[in-house]
This record gives sequence, structure tokens and C-alpha cells, in this order.
Amino acid sequence: MDFLRPASWEEALAAKAEHPTAVPIAGGTDVMVEINFDHRRPDVLLDLNRIGELHDWEVGEDTVRLGASVSYTRIIENLRSVLPGLATASHTVASPQIRNRGGVGGNLGCASPAGDAHPALLASGCEVEVASVRGTRMIPIDEFYVGVKRNALAPDELIRAIHLPRADGPQQFSKVGTRNAMVIAVCAFGIALHPSTRTVRTGIGSAAPTPIRAKAAEEFLAAALEEGGFWDNGKIIPPAVARQFAELVSGAANPIDDVRGSASYRRHALGVMARRTLGWTWDEYRGNERSARCA
Amino acid sequence: MAGTTRTPTNLTQGAKADAGIGASTLRPDGTLKVTGEFAYSSDMWHEDMLWGFTLRSPHAHARILSVDTSDALAQAGVYAVLTHDDLPTEHKKYGLEFTDTPVLADGVVRHHGEPVALVAADHPETARRAAAKIKVEYEELPVVHDEASALAEDAPLLHPGRDDHHAHEVPHPNIVHRQPIIRGDANAAARRADVIVTGEYEVGMQDQAFLGPESGLAVPGEDGGVDLYVATQWLHSDLRQIAPVLGLPEEKVRMTLSGVGGAFGGREDLSMQIHACLLALRTGKPVKIVYNRFESFFGHVHRHPAKLWYEHGATRDGKLTHMKCRIVLDGGAYASASPAVVGNASSLSVGPYVIEDVEIEAVALYTNNPPCGAMRGFGAVQACFAYEAQMDKVAAELGMDPVEFRQLNAMTQGTIMPTGQVVDSPAPVAELLRRVKALPLPPENQWESAGQTADVRALPGGLSNTTHGEGVVRGVGYAVGIKNVGFSEGFDDYSTARVRLEVVAGEPVATVHTAMAEVGQGGVTVHAQIARTELGVQQVTIHPADTQVGSAGSTSASRQTYMTGGAVKNTCEAVRDKALQLGRRRFGTFHPAWATAELLLEGGKVVTDGGEVLADLADVLGDDVVDLELEFRHRPTEAFDIVTGQGFGHVQYSFAAHRAVVEVDTELGLVKVVELACAQDVGKALNPLSVVGQIQGGTTQGLGLAVMEEIIVDPKSKVRNPSFTDYLIPTILDTPTIPVDVLELADDHAPYGLRGIGEAPTLSSTPAVVSAIRAATGLALKRVPVRPEHITGV
Repeated sequence: MDFLRPASWEEALAAKAEHPTAVPIAGGTDVMVEINFDHRRPDVLLDLNRIGELHDWEVGEDTVRLGASVSYTRIIENLRSVLPGLATASHTVASPQIRNRGGVGGNLGCASPAGDAHPALLASGCEVEVASVRGTRMIPIDEFYVGVKRNALAPDELIRAIHLPRADGPQQFSKVGTRNAMVIAVCAFGIALHPSTRTVRTGIGSAAPTPIRAKAAEEFLAAALEEGGFWDNGKIIPPAVARQFAELVSGAANPIDDVRGSASYRRHALGVMARRTLGWTWDEYRGNERSARCA
Repeated sequence: MAGTTRTPTNLTQGAKADAGIGASTLRPDGTLKVTGEFAYSSDMWHEDMLWGFTLRSPHAHARILSVDTSDALAQAGVYAVLTHDDLPTEHKKYGLEFTDTPVLADGVVRHHGEPVALVAADHPETARRAAAKIKVEYEELPVVHDEASALAEDAPLLHPGRDDHHAHEVPHPNIVHRQPIIRGDANAAARRADVIVTGEYEVGMQDQAFLGPESGLAVPGEDGGVDLYVATQWLHSDLRQIAPVLGLPEEKVRMTLSGVGGAFGGREDLSMQIHACLLALRTGKPVKIVYNRFESFFGHVHRHPAKLWYEHGATRDGKLTHMKCRIVLDGGAYASASPAVVGNASSLSVGPYVIEDVEIEAVALYTNNPPCGAMRGFGAVQACFAYEAQMDKVAAELGMDPVEFRQLNAMTQGTIMPTGQVVDSPAPVAELLRRVKALPLPPENQWESAGQTADVRALPGGLSNTTHGEGVVRGVGYAVGIKNVGFSEGFDDYSTARVRLEVVAGEPVATVHTAMAEVGQGGVTVHAQIARTELGVQQVTIHPADTQVGSAGSTSASRQTYMTGGAVKNTCEAVRDKALQLGRRRFGTFHPAWATAELLLEGGKVVTDGGEVLADLADVLGDDVVDLELEFRHRPTEAFDIVTGQGFGHVQYSFAAHRAVVEVDTELGLVKVVELACAQDVGKALNPLSVVGQIQGGTTQGLGLAVMEEIIVDPKSKVRNPSFTDYLIPTILDTPTIPVDVLELADDHAPYGLRGIGEAPTLSSTPAVVSAIRAATGLALKRVPVRPEHITGV
């Protein structure tokens, strides 16, 4: 096994171009487990830890540029106000030790349907900045997950950063596991209200071959909110609307039975999480609106 | 009751390292373990050593048609590849109770992960890759996976031609052992019952989940023998099984205990011991074997999964009339400790209650599932889950408070067990229940804090942020259990201690040498405390545990403080007598008290029972060394009659009660155990801090069985979750506050009046938690672990 340690982003791209099968490694919280269990024997490991910029983030007016290797701990500590959904999801990742090492770039690189960041990323509507010696491109998150543990990267490309819209409204993330910490998702759900566009986005984890959005649920909810003038009047969402939203989220999933849970439980739990997180985000939105009006 | 209770507040402070019994002396290994400096068996290294690797069966039941090792042998760095054909003697099997387990598969594999071949290479990765090159041709066979398939007319026999000591009395060769217990007339008594309550229960396969995987180092000796450094629970039991397979006399297999990272029963059976020795003797080089976490799940036995049928009757005024039960334990492919687990499950199946008319049957099956054997609670855990569920059910049927109902039927000193054995030491069952019930309940809605969002850490789902209080219902449940202490059913259970007393640099020093496996229970701490108390010395050296001294028996059955602690006490007393004889010879003429008074050793001096100092111990000893090795036995027990189950089978009983407070997210089926209070009688707390640690650890292991821990085996008997990713054990966020109330009611038969404590809290914890979940949800919940699907119904 060759172990490459590029000192700069350009060197890393050159190395990846030269060794397209090279497996990038940053925190190593996923790759090292696979290697230790001999599930994977890469010819080349491409260590990205010397590239400082991957650990940086930048909060702009409208977007947050998150370096691929920014640890979950840093996201929790520094970005909760601008990326509340991702920060909440980050807090559910494994143990403190893992959160100190792992980052969103790794979650995207592995593209496991159980990755904790995905529902929050889908709900935010972010873009993934990927690059190769051929140039840089932005992949919308909706087009990023292409199959079970497969993403839209070309063999010579590396993930450099994630560009997330700054939260323009409340966001929530919820995950079911059979333990109260340090647990792989049985299923997970993310929701983001986007009052600026009067839209709602969602993300579902561990309940389909890839992380997915519940698009019918989003559209239903956006229409219902619009129709009832809820964005403006800040009224409580009628239970029937919340129920229908929850059912549509359940229906969007395509889960399987496995040792972690049954398909029917996953569908059920997604519905419960959808209803609850909608309630939490909407309560927060109404609270914000009210205080905005008072001010 | 004054003076018999310790509250948690006075248990939390550690005492100085030179204290005697009754003090919370800190553990010598504690800081090292917490800081990561403790050397475990997996940390050992020897110059020029090789690494062993085990090729295991991918099938649960298959015939081996051929094995081709040539490619593996041809790989650079490989020193040896061994299969069943390479075993050096006619002894090719081993086992705790039956000799039924092949060292390497003998033409048939009987469970998923059974060892088939061994490789020794100069690097662990080389060994692993070479093993992958061994070509094994299998022909899959139908699996036996439950009672119906084990006893079917055309059932494949796991061990045809059995010649073990239970073979002639079992109703079917796929039954390892069957123990009925009949006392009184259950059918007649049932006619007196106003209510009859039946129930079927199931317990999943729990794993010991010790943190230090199986590992050891075998070093070939110049005399043709071998030195084996290994993490185990019982050195001499290992030795008895290892030596014949190697074709060596026992004195040529020198075993030394190395750092053990937990055991809980999972190290009673051999794992890599014989394999490492075979490779070392074959290659002439030291060989180390370390299982990884995945392999560890195949490297040791698990807790028997069980199906249990119970019937209880009671009169309107709340008196139990009778009990019938049938307990089916899945022993898996090899016997391991199954016969003794059957004995425990049957003899303790009635629980800590007075029921004079009983019909009991317990069996263990041979199947192609993973072998099951010893785990903390040993047969009593499964029974306790079922009979405690029944107690709640009968109380509900009678409209009685479940605690009062239990207290009304609780056994006491003098109660006759279903085996006919009279309980002849304190059995404060009702009192333990009273104590946990009397504790104040933890405040409601602890996740709420003024003006803040919910603290999800205090809610079901925890950090996963699944509820902010929605769907959350609280429930409270109680349970109490009974566990035997020590080896039962006529087993010659003994421990050996060697104690040496001498003067070193002007100070009297005691050296305590036993073969006791320190697996985390704190025995090394307690041995030093005992020696200080009995010999009045400050300095005590604990010699490493090895086979150069007699057997200490197993670190299991809650027995080591009683047994090896008892042996240390016993030997210390004999050493003290010798020292006093020396004193009488040297100084007897100087003071009449040497001849007339009761003499003690205290603070390095010989004193009279009146407190008068007669001499310095150092002067008494002079250049003499007192060095004795003695065996200690508990009072003998008897086998259970194979038809009636009658017999004085157990040495001592141990009791604990729990109150569980849980909060359940009824919509998602997630559980937060808020508090799990325990009261336990320990006879005498030799080290109160360690006692509380044991009780909290056992309680947490029981919680794990209640809500998450299960090895899942598929219909083809293959293990589906052999990793800590999918075999979940409680994190600190799953572990509740555990208030502990310790009673000290002496058992006059035991050293210092102590009672073995390690297992009892594991029994009642599980049913208490499930009882609380039932109270919160109104569901019947007949199976543990309780999964979210069981609560949500989807």
C-alpha cells in the first residue's frame, strides 16, 4: 500500500489524477475501520491531513463554506447558529473521539445511507465543491448520491468543501437508534424551513438505498402553508396537515428489514420524527415571527 | 438494623492502601486501567514471536470434504499451518463439563465460527492472508436451531454416540441435560388457587462483551514444555484441558495470568490457549494470538437464550399456591457449562418465594447455534425475568400492590427450597424490597429547565433528538432475585492460598500467592486487606497468579471473595499460629501471657486480646520464614436427584432487589432508564467501594439485556451482528443513577459472614426495567431485550 501525503491541495489533485483508485483519508474514522477489518485494501491511501485549508470554514453573507475536513466537534462549537440542522446532526455522530476526527467530507465520500450528515445536507440545499486537475465544479446535493455507497465524484476528483446556505429559518434533525448515544441510525430525518423562498426541504437517512428527500411531502407542505397564509399569519399548523406531511415522509422512504430495525418500524418512526420536527421548527418560526413583530 | 447498612455517601471515599477488611482500599490496577497504562494480555510481546490466526467456519453445520493448506504454507513468512490431522495426541477434544469440543474441526463444523485451521506467521496480516488461502470444501448440512428441530424424528444428532455422564439419563441425545424438580403436589395445590396465571417468556442471547478480547502468548520451553501467558478465569481448569491435547504432563505447561480485560463468564471456556501452544510447540517460537472484536464474538460462549413457560396460582388473600414451569435453554453446538446452567435454572426457578408445591423442568439443547455457557447470573437470569413477570401478573390479577404481594410470599431464613434445601442464613427478601420502595422517586420531567429547550440527554433517544417530551410516559417497576454462590451440586469446590511471612529490611512482610484470576472483581485488593487484618502487617505483596500454586477455582459464581478470600484468611490464620509458636519458643518465658492469653497480630506486634504488647513481630520472626500453602473448602453440597431434583445443592444464596424508573417514548418505542435503585445483602462488605462497583456494574449489565443487548442468529444459525456497531451495550448516557443500599447480615457459614455479590444485581435489574416499561405502556412484553418494535407494535 502506498501512502501519499500531499502538502497542498494542488499536490493532492495531482496525486489523485495519477492514482485514480487512491482512497482519500482525513479523519480516518471510516476508512481505518474498513482497513482494520480487511473489508478494503486500497492500493494507495491519500492522506489529506496536511492540507490546512480543508479544516477551515468561512461564514459569508448568504452561505457557509465548510472545508471537507472540518470536524463535527468544530461544527457543533462554532456553526450552530448558522447551520443549526447540521450542528444537531453532528451531535449525534458516534462518540466525542470520533466527532473530534470525522468531518462532512468523509460522510459524503463514503455516501453511506446511514451517514448522519446527509439528511441535514439535503434539507439545507447545499452544494458540494469538488475538484480535479481538470478544474472545479459544484454538485448540487440533490444530485450527489447516485447509489448505495456511491456518489457523483469522478475517479480523479476530491471533495474540497461544502457550500451551505446560511439558515434562513428553523432547522431540525432527529435520528432513531436503539441506544441513547453513539449509535448508527435506524433511520433519520432532517427538515429546514426556508421562509425566504417559502419552501420546506427535507432529508431522510437509513431508509432507502441512498439518502433522499421527501419531495412530495415538501411540496404538499409548502402548498398548504401558502394556501393558509401560514408564513404570514404564523398560526399553528393544523394537525391534519402535519399528519399528511408525516405520511408523505413515511411514503417517500424505501427501507429494508435488517438487524437494526424492520422496514415497517422505519416508516413508522420517520412519520413520527417528521411530525415532531415540523412542530419544533414551526413553533420556532412562529416565536421568531412574533418577536420580530414586537420589535 | 443499626450498623448493618451503609449509605452511598460513606462508600464513595477510598481508604489508604494499607487498610484491612471493611475499608474501601483503592484498587492497585484502577488508575492504570483508567489512564490506559495497564498491560492487558493483548499487549504482550516477545522477541522473535510469531502471530497465530484461526481460520473459522463460515457455516453453522457442514461436512468438511477437503482441506488444502498448500497455498497457505507456500506464502512467505508462514511458519506453520495446522488442521485436525496435525493434533499430536489422541486427545483431540476438550470441554468444561463434557469433553465434546474439537480443538480443530474434525470433519464436521457444528457452529458458525468454529475453528478449522491455524496459521503461524511472522506478521498478523501475513497470518490472516495465509489463512484466506486455505481451501476448505464444505458440504452444508441442515441446521438444528430450536427445540422442535432438535427433537424432530429425523433431527440430525449434534453428538452421536455421546459418552458423557448425562448421556444415559437424557430423553433425547440432542438434550445436553434435563433437571426436573418435583416437590409437593402442584396439581392438588392448584385446586386451592383462586387465580391461575400462565405466561410464556423469552430471553435473547446476551454476550459478555468484555472489553479485552481473547489473547495470550505461548513460549516454548527448553524442556519441551510451554509457558502460557493468558487472560482467563481459571488457570487450573485451562491447564487440565490443555495438557492432554499437547501430550504434556501438567507440570510442563506453566501458566501465568496476564492482564484480563473483563470476563463475566466468557473466559471460563478455552479460546486460543491450546491453539497458541500447538503453534509454539510446532514452530519452536513464541506465538501470540489476539482476537479482534469481530472474532471475539465467535471466540467465547454466550448467555443461553431461553424460552420459559410458567404457571402460578394464588389465593384471594395473596398467597401463592403452586408453580409449574418449563425452561428450555439453547446450549448451542457444544456443552460448555450447560449442565450446570440447567441445574441453576431449575433449582432457582421458583425465585425467592415460598411455594411448597412445584413441578419444574429445565433442559438445555444441543443445536447448531453459537455455543452458550457461563455468563454472570448463569441460568438464574433467565428464570428471574420470567418469574418476576409472573409476580406482577398475579398481583395485577389479584388487584394487589406488586411489592406487597412479593413481600407476602417472600422467603426468609428457614424457608425450604423446591430442592428440599433449608435456607439456613439470612434471606431478607421482603426487607430489600421495602428499602428500594421507600426511596424517594426521582423528580418528573427532568429534561425541562426553565426557559430552555429540552435537555435531550435526559429523554428517551438521548442525543438523537427524537423527542422534547412528546409521547413520553413514566413507569416504575420492581423485581427481586435469588442467586447461588459458589459451585454447586456436589462439586469439590476449593481454593488454595500460599502465604509467606518474613522480615524484609526490618519490617514484617506478607506475600500472598494464589492462582485466582483477577478479572476486574478486585480480588487482589481484598486479598491484601485480608492479610493485613489477619497478620497485622502493613506490607503485603500479591504474587502474580500462576499454576505454581494450587488451584483457586474459577473467578465466577460470585465465589472468589468467599473462596480464595477464605483461603487467604485460612492460610493467614495458620501462618499466624506458626508465628505465635515461634514467639512462644523465643519469648515465652519473658511473660506469662504467652501461655495464657489469646494472642493477636496487630500493627506489626504480638498483642494480647487485652491489648498488651508482648513483642514486635519482626523480633518474633527473626530470620525465620513462615510459608504455608493450604486448601480451603466450603461445606459440601449434593447433586440434585435426577428424578425429583431433591438435594442440598447450593452453598449459599445471594439476594438483590431493584426498583426501576423508566421513561418511554411510546410513539417511537425508545426507553430512557431514569433510575435503577438496588438493595442487596452482602453479609459483610470487605471492600465497600468495590461492593458498590459490582452492584452498579451488574445492574447495568442487566439493563443492557432489558433494552438492547442481543446476539442475533438467523434461521441458518449464523450470527448477524458480531460487532460493537450492532451489538449494543449501554453507554454512560444509557446508564441511570444507581442508588445502592447495602445490607450486611452475616452468614455464619462463610468467612467474615460475607456473601458473594457479583451476580445477584444482574438478575433483578432486567425484570425491574421491563416491569417499569410495562407500567408505562400497558404492554405485556414477554421478551428481552425489548426492542422499539415491541413497544410501537409496528
